[in-house]
Amino acid sequence: MATDILFYVFAFLTLACGVFVVANPFSRNPVTSAMFLVLTIISMAGLFVLLHAFFLAAVQVLVYAGAVMVLFLFVIMLLDLKEEERRKIKKLSLVAGLVSVGAIVAIFLRSLLATNPGKELTNPTAVGDTATLGKMLFTKYLLPFEIVSILLLVAMVGVILLSKKDFK
Amino acid sequence: MRAVFAIPYPLSSILAGKRMNVGLEHYLIVSALLFALGLLGVITRRNLLVMYMSLELMLNSANLTLVSFSRFNDNLNGQVMVFFIITVAAAEVAVGLALIVALYRKRQSAHVEDLTSMKY
Repeated sequence: MATDILFYVFAFLTLACGVFVVANPFSRNPVTSAMFLVLTIISMAGLFVLLHAFFLAAVQVLVYAGAVMVLFLFVIMLLDLKEEERRKIKKLSLVAGLVSVGAIVAIFLRSLLATNPGKELTNPTAVGDTATLGKMLFTKYLLPFEIVSILLLVAMVGVILLSKKDFK
Repeated sequence: MRAVFAIPYPLSSILAGKRMNVGLEHYLIVSALLFALGLLGVITRRNLLVMYMSLELMLNSANLTLVSFSRFNDNLNGQVMVFFIITVAAAEVAVGLALIVALYRKRQSAHVEDLTSMKY
C-alpha cells in the first residue's frame, strides 16, 4: 500500500535527520544542526498527514519549521559560535549517554512490544481538519485557548525584558 | 525467562513474512527512537543551542505520540492537546533563546562547561 511505503520513507527521513541534528560527522556547526532539525520537522509533518492530522501538519510547518527555526538561526548567527567548533565531546559523557539512552530505548521498546497497544484498533475514521479542530477549540477548549493567548503575551513581555541591553 | 525473550507481536509477524499494515506500534517506535535521539543530544552535546534543539526533538516526539494515539483511538482531543503544546513550545523557545542571549552577553560563551559558577 502506498501509505505504508510513505510511512517508512517519512519515518526514515525523520530519524536520519534527527541523527544529523545530534551527531553530525561532517560538521560541528550549530547551523547545520538547525537545518537538519528543519528537515526532521518537515518529515514529521508528513507523518502527521499520514495520521490524517492535516491542520497540525500545516501548523507544524508554519510554526516550527518557520517561526521557531528562524528564531534559532537568528540567535546562532547573533552569537557567532565559530570558536565552539573545535571542542571535543568527552569520552566519558558519550559512553554514559549511550548507556542510559540504550537502557531507555530498551524499556520503551520492551513495554511497547509486550503490550502491543494498537492490535485491536483498526480502521480509524477521525480526521483532524481545520473545521473540526477549530470547532473544538472554540467550544470545548475555549478557556485553555484564551489562557494560551495570555501565556503568549506574558512570554512576549518576558522576552522583551530579558533582551534589554542593561539587563541585571 | 522464556516469555521475556519470545519475539513479540509486530516483529514476529514481520519475521514470519506476513503482510502487515502500518499501525499504532510503528508510530510509537519512531516516536520512542526520536525521543532517545533527543535525550542523547541533551546528555552528550555541550553546546547550549544544540542541547536546546535536542530538547525540541524530544518535544516533537511527544507530539507524534499524542497524534498517533489520537488517530488510532478515533478521538480528536489529543490533536487539540498537540496544538496547545506547539503554542507553548513556541513561547518557550522565545524565552529560552532570550535567556541564552542574555547569558552569552554576560559570559561570552554558549558552552555548558564554562557556566560553572553554581557548581560548588
